[in-house]
Amino acid sequence: MDTYKRPSQLFRNMSAKIASIPMVMTALVIFVGCTVWTITYSFTGSRLLPKLKWVGMKQYDRLFDTNRWVISIDNIIIYGICSLILSLTIGFILAALLDRKIRFENTFRSIFLYPFALSFIVTGLVWQWILNPQFGIQHVVREAGFLSFSFAPLQSNEYVIFGVLIAGIWQGSGLIMALMLAGLRGIDEDIWKATRIDGIPLWKTYIVVIIPMMRPVFVTALVLIASGIVRVYDLIVAQTNGGPGISSEVPAKYVYDKMFLSQNLGQGFAASTVMLLTVLVILIPWAYLEFGGRKQNG
Amino acid sequence: MADTDMATDFTGDHGPKPKKSISGRNIMLYGTLIVFAIYYLLPLYVMVVTSLKGMPEIRLGNIFAPPVEITFQPWVKAWSEACTGLNCDGLSRGFFNSVKILIPSVAISIVIASINGYALANWRFKGADVFFTILIFGAFIPYQVMIYPIVIILREMGLYGSIWGLVMVHTIFGMPILTLLFRNYFTSLPQELFKAARVDGAGFWGVFFKIMVPMSLPIFVVAMILQVTGIWNDFLFGVIYTKPASYPMTVQLNNIVNSVQGVKEYNVNMAATILTGLVPLVIYFVSGKLFVRGIAAGAVKG
Repeated sequence: MDTYKRPSQLFRNMSAKIASIPMVMTALVIFVGCTVWTITYSFTGSRLLPKLKWVGMKQYDRLFDTNRWVISIDNIIIYGICSLILSLTIGFILAALLDRKIRFENTFRSIFLYPFALSFIVTGLVWQWILNPQFGIQHVVREAGFLSFSFAPLQSNEYVIFGVLIAGIWQGSGLIMALMLAGLRGIDEDIWKATRIDGIPLWKTYIVVIIPMMRPVFVTALVLIASGIVRVYDLIVAQTNGGPGISSEVPAKYVYDKMFLSQNLGQGFAASTVMLLTVLVILIPWAYLEFGGRKQNG
Repeated sequence: MADTDMATDFTGDHGPKPKKSISGRNIMLYGTLIVFAIYYLLPLYVMVVTSLKGMPEIRLGNIFAPPVEITFQPWVKAWSEACTGLNCDGLSRGFFNSVKILIPSVAISIVIASINGYALANWRFKGADVFFTILIFGAFIPYQVMIYPIVIILREMGLYGSIWGLVMVHTIFGMPILTLLFRNYFTSLPQELFKAARVDGAGFWGVFFKIMVPMSLPIFVVAMILQVTGIWNDFLFGVIYTKPASYPMTVQLNNIVNSVQGVKEYNVNMAATILTGLVPLVIYFVSGKLFVRGIAAGAVKG
């Protein structure tokens, strides 16, 4: 009996354990294993092939000495901040407007959300065409008589990232609108009634009462947008391919190009490790707040 | 939702006076909504209009003008003649590659994730939560950190460059969100059902196939919508893990439009762009509320 009981502990729930093998393998081999592998090899001088030839922090030194990487970081910071502010603002305003018991709510909602179904490649290509200085908006306005009108963000070193931003917001803000709308719908009708009885003006109700109540929705939206920003890659490839020159390069593209085009694996590993660190800096405080808060509640 | 709103409107317990349809506030409200609607609709309109024009008309006219002479030639060319490098068989190749990638990826990822979710919801074993936490964290790790070691793994398995390698990658990266989706759904089902089935002698697989799957068809549809749009729209994995001959549609589209050789044919480019966007668009408009539920599922943490 004794010898029977011991293995039974291990083999208990056996089917569930076997069924979870893909999950366990993914978690351990891919998410943990591959990440650790890349971090480890970022300290090596790997070029065409990964080699364990240690070079310490040299890859990182070189990374931050590279103009293209510095520009990539600048771009992603500008893009990130603008995209956070704009997505949250537009998303909230649209949701608030839709929540005002309007007609054609479903139509408007479908219109605001459909770009989210499209890929970044499609998004980038359409906006590349609309922003084309020879045929697009600039051309149309000039034809209308405003000959000195100039609007060619994709051809400008300084403003190219804002051209990308227009496309990015177009694609992603509908999702934030949908989240916010769900949040607004979850707010009790009594709260609206109470503020109306107290005579609080509508705009003030939103800022003082509603937005604080929707904190969890804002946090979720924030995390979603932020984790999307770090990944920006396809949009750039389709819309500008990093150009003009290197003015719209982003970190994810740097990693891809170093790993698969210029056979400089070490640089790619170091750059992707920096990307990971950035995400952790955002993620860990959030997870801490999220799970710390839950413990207090429960 | 709309119905209940209507009902409260009629009873009139809020909204102090009968609604005037044209008031300053309403003009502001609808005005803002319409301005935004134009911003969101403009690209779709421009895509369609451009794709129906001939090149001479594009060179002379403006991109917002409707076509004077409608032609479907750009669509035909985009589908079957446009060139990427040496191949001149149009986007059709990419379309069929994408379909070949899509079907097994969606099927396998959903099967695996639903079983994972089920095991996590009903058969929790020691340590399961640790793996699940890693999995959810993994959803936030930038793909760039993992792509190269995965190349090595696939190469060792002999799958690098093949469609099956890409299927595996899609299964892996779809797993966090799908597992979460299924786990949350199965947890929300009444536990009595599970217990009753257990008392009747059903085992792990018995309960899954006889109780869980039949009761969860909506969530399977949500998962499908999520995966079909996600995998169809993927670019990064397609470009890394497949060879040019089996590039998915997005990669091929980008190669056609952004190719530096030859004269740019904007009408063909836009036709190709619509063609690539068509599958997710159709899914979006057909599925309606389920689509919203799918994307919201990613946001709602359990």
